Amino acid sequence: MILLLALIMLFPFWWALRTALSEPRSIFRDTTSLLPAEFTLNNFARVVGLVDSAQAVAMGGSGTSINFLLAMRNSLIVAVLSVTGQIFFSALAAYAFARIVFPGREKLFALFIAALMIPGIVTLIPNFLLIRELGWMNTFPGIVAPKLLMAPFAVFFFRQTFLSINRDIEDAAKIDGANHLRIFLRVILPMSVAAVTTLAILSFIGEWNDYLWPFLVGRNEDVRVLTVALGVFRSQTPQGAPDWGGLMAGAIVAMIPTLLLFLIAGRKAVDAIQFSGIK
Amino acid sequence: MVVTAKPAPNVQRSSRLRAWKRSDTWAAWLFIAPSLLGLIIFYVVPFGRGLLISFSDWNLLTPAEPVGLANYSKLLADATFWRSLWITLSYVVINVTVQIGLSIGLAAFIARFTQSVWVRGLLILPYLLSNVVVALLWLWMLDPLLGVINEALMAIGIGRQAFLGSPQQAIATIAAINIWRHLGYSTLLIFAGMQVISKELYEAGAIDGAGEWHMFWKITLPLLRPVLVFVLVTGIIGSFQIFDTIAVTTQGGPANATRVIVWYIYEYAFVRFEMGYATTLAMALFLILLVVTAIQMRLLRAGESDL
Repeated sequence: MILLLALIMLFPFWWALRTALSEPRSIFRDTTSLLPAEFTLNNFARVVGLVDSAQAVAMGGSGTSINFLLAMRNSLIVAVLSVTGQIFFSALAAYAFARIVFPGREKLFALFIAALMIPGIVTLIPNFLLIRELGWMNTFPGIVAPKLLMAPFAVFFFRQTFLSINRDIEDAAKIDGANHLRIFLRVILPMSVAAVTTLAILSFIGEWNDYLWPFLVGRNEDVRVLTVALGVFRSQTPQGAPDWGGLMAGAIVAMIPTLLLFLIAGRKAVDAIQFSGIK
Repeated sequence: MVVTAKPAPNVQRSSRLRAWKRSDTWAAWLFIAPSLLGLIIFYVVPFGRGLLISFSDWNLLTPAEPVGLANYSKLLADATFWRSLWITLSYVVINVTVQIGLSIGLAAFIARFTQSVWVRGLLILPYLLSNVVVALLWLWMLDPLLGVINEALMAIGIGRQAFLGSPQQAIATIAAINIWRHLGYSTLLIFAGMQVISKELYEAGAIDGAGEWHMFWKITLPLLRPVLVFVLVTGIIGSFQIFDTIAVTTQGGPANATRVIVWYIYEYAFVRFEMGYATTLAMALFLILLVVTAIQMRLLRAGESDL
């Protein structure tokens, strides 16, 4: 049973790698061997921009040159900026909702929760128009802006976390004359490392994998993220015979960062995903 | 806070706390300000603006022209809209029922036979890939001519299938692809829910002579309800908005068999540039999701567990 499960989960990964390491012309002749059909690293060389377009055609590619290393840099910029901004500002707001009594608190929090209910496509069109009117099309600010200041789920999640922290330590800090910012930075955040890690992992995966928004506002090569680059690569390959070797090599490159994050975070990542539903 | 009867040091302590609290309101607003700005600029205003645009005709080139409720009456009479809603619904039903069914089984299996974090890590791997990458992997494996799955089907005598190229199979195939990506995620959530059920209940059940199957139905499932509701509600809301996989694989085809609602909205907004009708469709989706969620919460009595 576990073996069957492993086969279903892992086989597509292996097949992508096998194809990426195969000579493009051989893929058409040998469709079943488990090992690469005529081993080559050319597909990877092509997608990371090591060869020019004429050479790429000679190697059996479509000649469409897409530099996935540049796309990876763009993806990293977008994901890291979005995740750090979103986590810091959401946690800051969540602290106020969890710990400070002020007029209108409940109504304001309800507004944040209501935002959770709005499907992405509803705000997508007006947000696209806004970025266009601001002249931010094809810029990093345009791609990152809607995610930088907060995520409704993050505010909700952090508020729950902070509510479960014992207040005695803060009261002691207050008597020592600490202000809210100091308590937030020195007491609450350090005590919430697990929650912050959980949310950082989840939202990194989410931002890394986002497609429609960056596709709409960031199609130029200099800001294009990996998912968009893959989509473009796929649509530019001829319909009859897509460049499978190149596509799979690009897909492998796109997998690396989240898989790496997963390996480094290890058990924590599994726990993060596991407990995201319980809070 | 009642502290009058307490000894002197405490009175002093609490009055300092109270003085500290008076200056709090401005601090709270300062803390919330960045998020609130984000909420207003990218959620509240766009929602209102979307609603406004839906009462107009606007192609982005000429100024918007108010048309009142015309877009909404067009929507009610738009057979393609109803068809795309039907396609979406069939996708949601296949995706959610199969995925949750399999997840419950798998979660029960790993809870019973292995606590290994490796098995859970293995299950979650596909979830780490983007929809775009997952769609590409399966597009290749399901290729009608060169795909390894068709080779395997030939080998066992079933014969080639068109999968994404067939109007009859396309939606189910897309559901299968997304189930592969999300199965581990929902399994992990349900598994975590199972972990918090008290072991004593099962011990008591065993003493009363209940079999494992019986205990699964009488203890596990009812106590799992809050988690199941979460997985079900987020699963349905997410599935209604399926887009990425379709954008990479079928683009609404073949023969419009996978023209789901978000793809239809996308076509109106960014291919035909009819912003008025596109936002009307988006508002309709919002209303549908609101109603679906409300019904689910009511039916499933979300917050309550059976104990």
